[in-house]
Amino acid sequence: MSKPALLLIGEITPRMRERIESDFEVIPLPRDETDTLADDTAKKITAAITFGGAGLTPELMDRLPNLKIVSNYGVGYDGIDMGRAVERGILVSHTPDVLNDEVANTAILLWLATARKLPAYDTYVRAGRWEKDGNPPLTRGTQNRTVGILGLGRIGLAIADRLPPFGARIVYHSRSRKDVPHEYFENLTDMARTCDVLICITPGGAETHHIVNAEVIEALGPDGILVNVARGPVVDETALIEALEHKRLGGAGLDVFENEPHVPTALRAMDNVTLQPHVGSATVETRAAMGDLTCDNLSQWLKDGTVLTPVPECADLQ
Amino acid sequence: MKTRGSASVPRERLSVVVTRRLPEQVEARLSELFDTKLRGSDEPMSRSELVEAAKGADVLVPTVTDEIDATLIAQAGDKLKLIANYGAGVDHIDVATARQRGVLVSNTPGVLTDDTADMTMALILAVTRRIPEGLAIMQRGDWQGWAPTALLGGRVGGRRLGILGMGRIGQAVARRAAAFGMQVHYHNRKQLRSETEEELGARYWESLDQMVARMDILSINCPSTPSTFHLMNARRLKLMKPDAVIVNTSRGEVIDESALVRMLRNREIAGAGLDVYEHGTDINPELRNLDNVVLLPHMGSATVEGRIEMGEKVIINIKTFEDGHRPPDQVIPSML
Repeated sequence: MSKPALLLIGEITPRMRERIESDFEVIPLPRDETDTLADDTAKKITAAITFGGAGLTPELMDRLPNLKIVSNYGVGYDGIDMGRAVERGILVSHTPDVLNDEVANTAILLWLATARKLPAYDTYVRAGRWEKDGNPPLTRGTQNRTVGILGLGRIGLAIADRLPPFGARIVYHSRSRKDVPHEYFENLTDMARTCDVLICITPGGAETHHIVNAEVIEALGPDGILVNVARGPVVDETALIEALEHKRLGGAGLDVFENEPHVPTALRAMDNVTLQPHVGSATVETRAAMGDLTCDNLSQWLKDGTVLTPVPECADLQ
Repeated sequence: MKTRGSASVPRERLSVVVTRRLPEQVEARLSELFDTKLRGSDEPMSRSELVEAAKGADVLVPTVTDEIDATLIAQAGDKLKLIANYGAGVDHIDVATARQRGVLVSNTPGVLTDDTADMTMALILAVTRRIPEGLAIMQRGDWQGWAPTALLGGRVGGRRLGILGMGRIGQAVARRAAAFGMQVHYHNRKQLRSETEEELGARYWESLDQMVARMDILSINCPSTPSTFHLMNARRLKLMKPDAVIVNTSRGEVIDESALVRMLRNREIAGAGLDVYEHGTDINPELRNLDNVVLLPHMGSATVEGRIEMGEKVIINIKTFEDGHRPPDQVIPSML
């Protein structure tokens, strides 16, 4: 019997490739080349691997009439049209939990680096300016701050776990109040007003599109720091740049952007911004764990038609 | 202190000379309380300026950039009674000679503990997560998008952190590291009390060599003294695992900088986060071109809040001395 056909959107590691190729006929789909997929090839595809940045567009999904499973490499699956997937009974899995600690570390790192001006001062030393111009200005410290977490899910809680040594007061905003000892804000702008730091770790998608808008950014204020390790569109990037340029926001630590991999030129030149290329989960260990789970979900599906870690919308499909 | 006649006549105020620019609030308060001569610019004083300053003052307020050696203390003459250092480290002050000549020395311990520990944690994460490389890509505008194997760093969770020097700052670093799931190990002249070890979840190594060889991350948090000079010499650095990283927010002299640079260049050690250097601002030029290092201009304690607190400590030390008591943060040679 021939192997089932799997559509591979984006790249995978050699370790994943080895596993996938033993079970599937792999059909790679390079970025922005949806049109190159021949109809008869598209028809035989039953499985797909994708990742957050690409997702699975409704147009592509429509061209895959026999698609049964999408294994998402990552926890965020906002690029997959879930309404259509559920309607068609397509099972979607993702890789929750295995990256919680890493993304939480990235969030804290972006806060510390932005507050203490790591990028700007590293550049200062490398350019020989320390010897020539003396000590650069003091920064604000990172002790006893009010840290607001936007989206207190699994990663949000891991972020909260890391905050006690910094003497932080933790507050949060999410769709619903959680059973946690931290103060809940129903209104994000009100929360931003009390915060020194706002860390975004809410899922992406239509519901949270531009949830951090000009009003929230202004409320965070000229000494405030915004950290985004969620999804780029969660923050209104134009409003963010505008606030940073006019010193109405203190700084920003950004791992994600509105139109990746496009990064507005204005952001690149700012010395109160820490930019990272979407590396929230980027350690050897965590990416291996994510890759393993992406493959494990497909292996289990081949065996009995279920997956280990379905996205919540698909929990009833199996 | 002389008092002139009745209590209503103010007594003569102590003359205080400050060698560097301090935060505005601190300078204002010093001027209110004492006959204070502030440093107009942020330039460190030249040797001759420093001698003049020391001669004319009851109290000298120097910082880490001023070399207060035996010669200078001798040149200062009899007027100088207190060296109220602005900062915790006093390796730039000849405390023994000061004591022999009856000059008290005080410092500002404690206030920079958390700021320095925060910066240490930032450097540990920044180096293991290859922040400079990510920044460079973004600033050049070269980013091609998310990729599964691009810029992978090392996970700190579950890794061994070795803290060299388990004083206040070392312990504060241990608390942070524990929140990030790291295993804490340490080497110190003295083993901590078992309750403290337990609270920190820290394991003591009597042999620095043995500890160094087993750590994934080494954090330098010991003071600079003659016995810690080049404690991390070429031989010891070579004991480190090739995938280990070293972070120094203490004093540059503890590490043999040229040996470290050689090893970083040859990838015999994975990376370094440095806030301090062996020769002050005169850093090894080769460091600047390495992509596996994060270089900071001695910013460990350089926060607005910390510097104001440091100034408040200096003021309390001078004020207590003026009132005829020992400054609360007096440094005596046997402490070093």
